[in-house]
Order: sequence, then C-alpha cells, then structure tokens
Amino acid sequence: MSEKTGNILRAALFLIALAFVAAGVSRGEMSTVLRKAVTVCLECIGIG
Amino acid sequence: MADRRRVIQWIALIANNAYLKGFAEGRVYRGSLKSICVPGLNCYSCPGAAASCPLGALQAVLGDYRYKFSFYVVGLMMGFGLVFGRLICGFLCPFGLMQELFYKIPSRKAAGSGARWLRWGKYVTLAVFVIAIPVFFRGDLGIGEPAFCKYICPAGTITAGLPLVAAQPSLREAAGGLFAFKVFAAAAIAAACVVIYRFFCKFLCPLGAFYGFFNRIALYRMSCDGNSCVRCGACSRVCRMGVDPSREPDSAECIRCGDCLKACPSSALGAGFEFVRKGGAKDAGECARG
Ligand code: SF4
Repeated sequence: MSEKTGNILRAALFLIALAFVAAGVSRGEMSTVLRKAVTVCLECIGIG
Repeated sequence: MADRRRVIQWIALIANNAYLKGFAEGRVYRGSLKSICVPGLNCYSCPGAAASCPLGALQAVLGDYRYKFSFYVVGLMMGFGLVFGRLICGFLCPFGLMQELFYKIPSRKAAGSGARWLRWGKYVTLAVFVIAIPVFFRGDLGIGEPAFCKYICPAGTITAGLPLVAAQPSLREAAGGLFAFKVFAAAAIAAACVVIYRFFCKFLCPLGAFYGFFNRIALYRMSCDGNSCVRCGACSRVCRMGVDPSREPDSAECIRCGDCLKACPSSALGAGFEFVRKGGAKDAGECARG
C-alpha cells in the first residue's frame, strides 16, 4: 500500500470511528455499558 | 536501567486498576468513568477497575435487546486500533503483562512460537464468542449472553472472580459448576502461558485479533530499510511472536515489543508513530525485496 493510500484509508477510518462513537453515544449505548460495568458481572466471574 | 516497556506496562496496569478501595472492600467501582473503555483486556468486575473492558462492553451492548451492533464500542476500538495497532498488546494491556509474568516462572519453554494454524483461534473466538452468540442466541427477554466473558476470559476469573468470591460470602455460596469450569480454564491458560510466550495473545485473544487488523495502517508502525538490512535473520530469531519483521514489519501478529529492534545489528528496523518515526524505511516491504 502506498503512503498516500494509507493516509487516505486511515483518515477515512478515523472519520468512521468518530461517527460511530457519536452515533453510539446518541442512542444511549454509553449508559448500557455503564449499567453493566457498575454491578458485578456474574458471567465474568463465573457465577451467572 | 529498567526496561522502558516493562515500566509502561506496570503504569498501565496500575492506571487501569486505580480504584484501590475496591480491593480493600471487595466491591467494584461504581463511578461514571465506567462508561468509557480502556484499550486493553481489563475486566470491569475487577475490584480495582476504573473503567470498562472493551470486550465486556461490546458484548453488553450486542446482547442488549435494543441493539444488534455497538457503534460506540466498535468506534472506540477502531480509534484505539488506528492510533496504536497492537502496540496496545505489547505496552498497555494488563493481561499481556500478566502473561509475560507467567512466562517468567522457571520451567521448560516450548520451542518455536506455536503452530501457525492455531492462531486462527483468536479470530474464531472473536467471531463466535464475542459477536455471534451475544447477537444471535438470545434468551426469553431478548438478552444475549456474553459468551466470551462467561466461558473463556481468564482475566475475568483471575482478576475479578477469585478476589470477589474470596471477599463476598454470598458469591461464595452461589459459586458452582460454572465457577469451577472457569477456574479450571483460567488455570489451564495460565499454565500454557508459563511454557508458551503469550499463549492467550497468540491463540485466543479477540482483542489482539481485532487490533491486528490495524497494524498495517495504524499511526504506529514498523518498517525495514533494505539498504541497511544485512539479512542476518537476528530479528526473526529473537521474535517470540513468530514474526519475521524484515519481511513483514506490520504483521498482524506483531505486538510491537521492540525486541527485534534491539537485536538488529545494522539498525535497519525502525518503529514509531507516523510523522515522528526514526530509522527503518518508508516502504514497509523493502527488506524482503532487496
Ligand atoms: S520482536 Fe519485533 S516483530 Fe516480534 S513482536 Fe516484537 S516488535 Fe514485533
């Protein structure tokens, strides 16, 4: 991959990543993560 | 002088688990930082965890009855991958450090770096346990189970399950067959890490599989200068991840530990973030063609 192609691809993927984060935050995914993470995850510890 | 990478690994481990009160009280941190993911594998149920594990967070959203995809977690992971690639595995992942400490336990070490085809295991773990099961196998309430956390993740068992079960009598009472299975699986993985360098990274870690896709285009990359390379093979001999950095400096298997850079007698290999990279060559394939 040439340097130019790499730079374009990287920049495009950065924009997609940013858009994804914004979309996820706007539809409430952050609170889903928070809700799961502030209680003991029973599956993680091998109980649930 | 202490190894710079080791110092960074310890700092990352401590920063990931900075909620020391949690260890003393046997409970998890409940603050809002937990809505953010760290780049490495660090269970959010570890009493010290100050933020969320990206794999746990991804499964939590994928398994939620409202969603089939997590824009937020995938976006964050893409961002981490685009900046660091698998530098995260080599420098920032707490479970990566733990595996290297297991490998320090004196024992006979496996020759070579492990069968290549087994490396597909981490992609299977990512596709099946992290994505497919939470999305497609949902219970009556429409909730998918976090299968990687439940059946595989040794970080969850070692850093969260064992300390919490030890600290809380109610969890001790609830621990049954699944807990026994997870302890057995974690012990088997830890034992494998004693004889095979970063066994979990190489063969099972879905996070390493994901970040590996980005090694070629991340801001942090390695390269090899064909004019300086004397083709002695020192770099591939020293690499414990089974990479030949003179041929494939941005291999998906490379965790950017830097051992090959130190081993190279002619400073042909270079590594660093784009724009500030020193050494090596601009064109990553140069040594192989020379
Ligand atoms: S020795 Fe070199 S090629 Fe091997 S994992 Fe470390 S940085 Fe990558």
